[in-house]
Amino acid sequence: MINPAPAAAAPLVALRHVYQTYKKDNHLLRVLQDINLEIHPNEILCLVGESGCGKTTTGKIIAGLLTHTEGEVLFKGRPPASYTGARERADLRRTLQIVHQDPFASLNPAHTIGQILSYPLQRHGMVSGRAALRRRIWELLTLVDLTPPGDVVNKYPHQLSGGQRQRVSIARALTVQPGLIVADEAVSMVDVSIRIGILKMLHRLREELRLAIVFITHDLALAKYFAWEGRIAVMYLGRIVEIGPTPQVIGQPAHPYTRALLAAVPEADPDLTRHKQQIPLRSEDIPALAAIPPGCAFHPRCPFHVPGLCDASLPPLAVPAGFQQQAACLPLHQPEGLRRYGT
Amino acid sequence: MTVTPAAPEVVLSVRNLCISYLTRRGRLRAVNKVSFDLHAGETLALIGESGCGKSTINLGLIRLLPPTGTIDSGEIVYRRRDGQTVDVRGLTTGQLRQFLWRECSMVFQGALNSLNPVIKISSMIYDTAAAHGMDKKEARDRALDLFQKVRLDPRRVFNAYPHELSGGMRQRTLLATALLLRPQVVLMDEPTTAVDILTQRSIIDVLKRLREELNFSVIFISHDLAVAAEIADTVATMYAGEIIEMGPVAEVFYRPRHAYTLGLLEAAPRLSVGREELHSIPGSPPDLVEPPPGCRFHLRCRFATDECRTTPPPLTTAPEDERHTVACYHTATILKTRQEELARD
Repeated sequence: MINPAPAAAAPLVALRHVYQTYKKDNHLLRVLQDINLEIHPNEILCLVGESGCGKTTTGKIIAGLLTHTEGEVLFKGRPPASYTGARERADLRRTLQIVHQDPFASLNPAHTIGQILSYPLQRHGMVSGRAALRRRIWELLTLVDLTPPGDVVNKYPHQLSGGQRQRVSIARALTVQPGLIVADEAVSMVDVSIRIGILKMLHRLREELRLAIVFITHDLALAKYFAWEGRIAVMYLGRIVEIGPTPQVIGQPAHPYTRALLAAVPEADPDLTRHKQQIPLRSEDIPALAAIPPGCAFHPRCPFHVPGLCDASLPPLAVPAGFQQQAACLPLHQPEGLRRYGT
Repeated sequence: MTVTPAAPEVVLSVRNLCISYLTRRGRLRAVNKVSFDLHAGETLALIGESGCGKSTINLGLIRLLPPTGTIDSGEIVYRRRDGQTVDVRGLTTGQLRQFLWRECSMVFQGALNSLNPVIKISSMIYDTAAAHGMDKKEARDRALDLFQKVRLDPRRVFNAYPHELSGGMRQRTLLATALLLRPQVVLMDEPTTAVDILTQRSIIDVLKRLREELNFSVIFISHDLAVAAEIADTVATMYAGEIIEMGPVAEVFYRPRHAYTLGLLEAAPRLSVGREELHSIPGSPPDLVEPPPGCRFHLRCRFATDECRTTPPPLTTAPEDERHTVACYHTATILKTRQEELARD
């Protein structure tokens, strides 16, 4: 062996100090700043945050669809440039798959479901021979609960419901036997009554196929349900402000932004939702990416901010005393921090 | 919280409303025999999945259906402040124009589409006011006051173009504009969908406060049970064009009696509850060109029996609360199932 395999513990994807910057009308848009993440096989990681926080950009970098401006991205412990040769590159591409939000836009309307699934199977040489191809398509449709497959395989996307189409998208991602699926708002366009079925299926696939799933959503209740056994990363203006095990982040949020978000979410329970303690923000509006506030980007809106501290220096992402998750908040890291929050 | 003392007046009364669309495959009955009363100051939430007919009801109530849609039958009676009743279906185009905004206004989803991008907010306000005979000075004062009430910087917004405002500001601007001519009823179609969490929160808070101060009635359309739980006095669940359950918000959420309402509740994750066992409803909504016989939900219902498959269940009143009506044969079983689930939480 010339190239010793990296240690078994090497994460599927690792982002180290990743920055993403765009230039727009002579402004620098800092879309992502100092993102550090590791995704291990069979893990669930949920990226949550408001629009423009960088969650989709992060997802695309994880899926290898976007090149970052600064920092390091490692796939199975190796930078992408070290994947030389058509074979290796194809293997890497196979490992990382993405499921998009809109199943109306992501499936070609002129092709049948059978055709849609057969292209990646043939392109990547996953099967040989017509019989094997047909068998594999049947297997995949069964795997995503589109049964009996014979009813679906010759249909066009417009003949399926939104939920069924999203199942086809997932089946297509599975054609190449990936190790990781990035699901970007994958159920937000699907009706409420059907969502849970798709999420349960993703859970089952994760177990059966040892998949890692990066689940991107703006819906915190859905994130909580889906990622209960995994981690949640809360993003704000291009940075991760809090990350840790889901029960801790949702049950005992540390960062004021996470706390404000959780308090703001209405609940499907009249008594619960009408008695929720709100955290009033100092400003309603989210700053523009072209003018991210100095220090902690949340300080102009944060009700707990300390003048001279929060607006002056960048808070490190670290575990505050009394918590199990990491949070980027300076007052929280000071001895008197906890008392200020009344936790 | 949800108790309506001494039944306030009914401002909008809808009886057996049927609306259909002409499609290539034939007539599609999008709204079937819908009846309800909207009281002064009440917020009624119509909840249901896409295609259940909730938006069609709203468009029908103000006669803004697309050309392929028609009101086939039913009554829409509006009661003005002076006590006179108005038959909305019988209004001429000119009368309808006066009726909208002054008596009944609307806020649609996607605020950017409802604002003209090339005119300032002030022009929009003045145009609306002029069309209804409100003078400029009064319109301006009223608009500035309303902008203040919806937590906007009044002068800045008044002189702004829509693109200068954020999504949440636009939605609040529309909310304020809808109240410009002091309507009794405001129709809202998913006003908090497609906005961020903190923006949604500020719209909800603003709406609650405005309602307390100005006491208008709202018909609120949403697929989001959580928002309905937070702001509605009355909740009506819609399925396949019909209101299948309606009642005070606590009744519907804690004591549902229809299998579909139960199914929606079982599919809704809640943040403040630890690990949850959730379920989705199998199958998908029926084809409305040829709706199934019997109860329209029976193909997806785990409680369905033979009578569900043949005879549509009549609307009945819950023994514990006469305001709670439901069209289901298995109310007792469903109520019991929900109570057991709540006890487990």
